[in-house]
Amino acid sequence: MKCTEFLNELTGYLDGVIDAQTKAELEDHLAWCHNCYVVCDTTKKTIEIYRNQELYELPDDLRGRLQTAIMSKCTAHKKAGPQKV
Amino acid sequence: MSAIQPNVQQPQPVSEEMELVRRAKRGDDSAFEELVRRYDRNVFRIAQHITQNREDAEDVVQDAFLKAYGNLAQFQEQSKFYTWLVRIAVNEALMRLRRRRPERMVSLDEEVKTEDDSVPREVADWSPNPEQMYNQSELRDILTRTIQGLPPGFRTVFVLRDVEGLSTEETAQALELSIPAVKSRLLRARLQLRERLSRFFQKRTNGNGDEKISGDGDQ
Repeated sequence: MKCTEFLNELTGYLDGVIDAQTKAELEDHLAWCHNCYVVCDTTKKTIEIYRNQELYELPDDLRGRLQTAIMSKCTAHKKAGPQKV
Repeated sequence: MSAIQPNVQQPQPVSEEMELVRRAKRGDDSAFEELVRRYDRNVFRIAQHITQNREDAEDVVQDAFLKAYGNLAQFQEQSKFYTWLVRIAVNEALMRLRRRRPERMVSLDEEVKTEDDSVPREVADWSPNPEQMYNQSELRDILTRTIQGLPPGFRTVFVLRDVEGLSTEETAQALELSIPAVKSRLLRARLQLRERLSRFFQKRTNGNGDEKISGDGDQ
């Protein structure tokens, strides 16, 4: 397996959605190709960091205001009768 | 190396959720309010990732839920409610992004640069604990600036798949893209983010050949 072929399968490998034979070939490649090992490992860390660090959290006070605004608009919409939103 | 575990923030079981949707369709606003509470944080995150603007994201949250409320009767229940809602929210967010940046073509379909834009160039290993190299606000700043540098079409696929935990099929549905297009964009988004983050998180060596950790990467 070449490095470019490894890269093409990387997403499926990281997501655990590839067949056993392809997985074995990828892991054989990883065992001797240090560069692909590093790319694979740091790509995995990239995904984990973005999952762990929740960017753009919705603060509680803003959340409360948004929920109130949404429900009052929905009520107004209902009272106004059927129309395109 | 093991596969990445699925995101823990998966939407609730479909049958229970569909019951809420059906109640909301029959006019039970408390059921719809429960759906708002369930997904407002997700919609806000997605909207802010796409628009990169907090006020726009607030508007998108309101408009997306109002649109979902007004069009509930059209929801055919062939997908999860959440996927349908994300599709509405992504469209609202893209509309606002286009309004803010009329000079730039903003489309999920844009073909971005060349095929080799994701070929790894930086292959230095990272520090064992990259998240501990910076304080919380520095780290968030790095992550935010890095993901903002991706084209909208890549950024959105990465956020839906890897941050929000939608499946490839759900992401394709929500973005009206083909499955191969989602897969291709996800790979390129992951590799580009990895490349850019390597500048901050890689191990450095000093003149004696000893490894040291340094976090002075810049964009």
